[in-house]
Amino acid sequence: MSELNQKAVAKYENNFLREVEERVEDGEWVKMCMQCGVCAGSCPLGNAWEHSPQKLFRMIMAGKREEVLTSDAMWMCTSCYSCIVRCPRKLPITHIMHGLAHYSHRLELAPKGQPTRELARIFWQNLVKTGRVNELKFSLAVYFKDGFVQGIKNLLSMQGIALGLVKARRLNPMEIIGGHKCRDIGGIQKMLAKAREIEDRRQGFTS
Amino acid sequence: MADVKIEMKTAAYVCSGCGLGDKLDVGQLARIAQKEGKMALVRQHDFLCNSEGVQMIRDDIENEAVTHICIAACSRRAKTEAFNFPSVAMTRANLREGVIWVVAEGAAHDEVRQEMADDYVRMGCAELKKSRMPEGNPNHTQLKNLLVVGGGISGLTAAFEAAETGYEVILVEKQAQLGGWAGKLWKRAPYKTPYAEPQETGVAALAARVSAHPLITVHLNSTIAETAGAPGRFAVKLAQESGSITEVAVGAIVQATGFTTYDIAKLPELGGGLAHVVDQAGLEALAMAANGGVMKRADGREVKSVVFLQCAGQRDDSGQHLPYCSGHCCATSIKQAMYFKDANPDVNAVVVYDDLRVPGMGEDFYRSAQHKGVIFAKGKASSVTTESNGLKVNYKDLILDSGATIQADLVVLATGQVPSSGVDVILWDKLTKEADGGSIEAKQQKSELKSISILNLTYRQGPDVPKLKYGFADSHFICFPYETQRTGIYTAGPVRRPMDIMQATEDATGAALKAIQAAENASLGRAAHPRAGDLSYPIVRLEGCTQCKRCTVECPFGAIDEDERRFPVFNEQRCRRCGTCMGACPVRVISFENYSVDTVGNQIKAIEIPDEFSEKPRVLILACENDAYPALDMAGLSRIVYSAFVRIIPVRCLGSVNTIWITDALNSGYDGVMMMGCKKGDEYQCHFVKGSELAGYRMSKIGDTLTGMGLEPERVSSFEVAITDNAKVAGFINDYVAQLVEMGPSPMKGFG
Repeated sequence: MSELNQKAVAKYENNFLREVEERVEDGEWVKMCMQCGVCAGSCPLGNAWEHSPQKLFRMIMAGKREEVLTSDAMWMCTSCYSCIVRCPRKLPITHIMHGLAHYSHRLELAPKGQPTRELARIFWQNLVKTGRVNELKFSLAVYFKDGFVQGIKNLLSMQGIALGLVKARRLNPMEIIGGHKCRDIGGIQKMLAKAREIEDRRQGFTS
Repeated sequence: MADVKIEMKTAAYVCSGCGLGDKLDVGQLARIAQKEGKMALVRQHDFLCNSEGVQMIRDDIENEAVTHICIAACSRRAKTEAFNFPSVAMTRANLREGVIWVVAEGAAHDEVRQEMADDYVRMGCAELKKSRMPEGNPNHTQLKNLLVVGGGISGLTAAFEAAETGYEVILVEKQAQLGGWAGKLWKRAPYKTPYAEPQETGVAALAARVSAHPLITVHLNSTIAETAGAPGRFAVKLAQESGSITEVAVGAIVQATGFTTYDIAKLPELGGGLAHVVDQAGLEALAMAANGGVMKRADGREVKSVVFLQCAGQRDDSGQHLPYCSGHCCATSIKQAMYFKDANPDVNAVVVYDDLRVPGMGEDFYRSAQHKGVIFAKGKASSVTTESNGLKVNYKDLILDSGATIQADLVVLATGQVPSSGVDVILWDKLTKEADGGSIEAKQQKSELKSISILNLTYRQGPDVPKLKYGFADSHFICFPYETQRTGIYTAGPVRRPMDIMQATEDATGAALKAIQAAENASLGRAAHPRAGDLSYPIVRLEGCTQCKRCTVECPFGAIDEDERRFPVFNEQRCRRCGTCMGACPVRVISFENYSVDTVGNQIKAIEIPDEFSEKPRVLILACENDAYPALDMAGLSRIVYSAFVRIIPVRCLGSVNTIWITDALNSGYDGVMMMGCKKGDEYQCHFVKGSELAGYRMSKIGDTLTGMGLEPERVSSFEVAITDNAKVAGFINDYVAQLVEMGPSPMKGFG
């Protein structure tokens, strides 16, 4: 169990609803759910996930911390906003889903290898390094995330598209060496560190 | 009735407006009115309902001493303001909605269309000759004050509202103080914006205003020992706890006897009977004791966790508990959960519900409770047990589809309202019959039953107002709220149907106004709802009466008592003028001035029956004027075509249909009779409660008579027609006529 998680468990004991209210983005809205199920019925990916937003909210109120934070449900949200549009209680459901995903990621409870989570992680690492997204390196990192053999297979299957992009001058193979950067990488990284510090304080991870 | 007999002078007015002149030979109609209808005066007009046409009729009444008029134009339901001649008897021949709008277009149908119109003119004239202008019940009453039974929020409101309107009120309360259940509440669910917080009940203030009101007399510790009489002349004996009796006379009665709570001892599986398991009334008592501070249990311990179980012993389909929803309990539990949260936000308050329903502006209140952190769990409780110093609630979470447990210091069961509506008069009737047959047991049961009676009516039909469903005293809560099946007695509040304070207040105001209306109408010799203002009343020729008691038994409103010689005694003020007694009477001695066995019988006989070779069957339709006749009019308005072989006569209620009309019609050569009435049974829609049911019962007995006449029983048929069935009704007619055509002409033709 991660340290952050241990601290959170100690702090909130069995009151998971309060934990969500204080630490999850828009978490204070969860208690306003009236369990009508319109979100569950509206979600275009509804049948692809383990728990609908309605169920997740009920689980939060019932104190099912472990089950909620290890669920892959909030990672499946595509931000289509159908649930927000239709919620009769005006809950910002999409935002709560993202908030929950983020929180479970921070506590290192989110499912390992969950594709959305992996993609986001690779994207973030790529971006932070130079202050700009290196598309070539990003694509390669994604292809090879499941090992070398699978990486080669992915490469081969995508080679037509890659060559097309190169021909159309939308992909520069030279990016593999260093690539273009921000002028002040140190400044960007400082800025991001400060943002995280503020965010952590706001969410109560640090005092 | 006027002593001087005025000479009858008849007149018929044939209109040719609205296309009547184009589609019909109105000249021929006028000739028929004159020659066959024997009208003394016949006039035609091309726009009878305009000011000129109406003035023409008025002039005739004024100058020609016309006393009876037949208007051959549109439906009796149309142009009622123009054709309003209160000083004469009037009939209407329905040529517009009943003929030109419903008979198929084109020259091919000219003949049948004209025949239909001819017959309606004949019928209008025939009815007119048997009609008299209603003069009103001569037994006018004087009393316009009200008796309000029950001093809870409904009774207090009814008394106060009536008194504010200027009517004297006598308020009777069984308890030593006013207020009822509402007076025992710490707060009530909100009735004002923003509908977010529990509010003061205001009961004490209302009780004080009622007690101080110059037009209201309050009798505490009192019950009703006897109620006799009728609207405008009720004689009521009030029994004080001390045993003394006060006699009062009132014009009308509002019964606001409220409810009792469902006994939680009947719910042992939900912890009923355990310590620290209370019903909502019990929780109000704890809140009163807390007086706005932290909520404590009966043993003085502070409550840290409370669970509310909704629908406890309600909405039960097993037959053990109340089958209905009491409506207020969701909002009440929300309110009570707030008592805890407002005093200490750290209290864990959970409401376990199946369907959370908060009528009115309750959604805002519900949201407010969620804001305050009350947890709502959709689930069904399976057990409540004692555990150490608290309670354990087991329930099934219906969203997560899994079992769950909550520890609680206190459990509140949201039980339902049981109406305090007194004696079940159907059971009473049954026991009376058995007791009359000599059963000593029945006699004893009857006296036990009598002890719970509220009104102790001296009526032949039992000591309280009849109940509708689940023991609630009502007659039809959608169509005629507050109306009971006893004229001049109105129910308000939870005795009528389950409700909350807001609804009860509204209800009480409505019932008070209804009661005032009843007393006023009685004082003018007029009918109460639903024929409000009707001046006709049942006139009985007692010389011909055979004391068969059918009228007294069948009257849906208990209007008729019996004297010592078993003759019927009509209490006209209790009568609603439906004519059920007239339909019941085997010797036909009951009639109304403008509606009698003769007015309808004469119409039936007035039409021309074509012979059996003409291939023109004739079908008589007796249509209830409340629902079926408007539906037929509406069919006309929508130009829905139906068979031109039918002849329609509106009746006040199918209950008023005397079987002689049916046999007369079939004897005169009609091929069939259709009876169109309202829905019967438990979900009845009859304006007179059981008219259509009685008609159905009577017609079920007519089969033998028909067979005796050599006729097929299918020649008389009943239909349930609702007011919205305008599209369906034409189908009923056409199908039935087709069925009769297949059956062939009536063998009675030519003998009539």
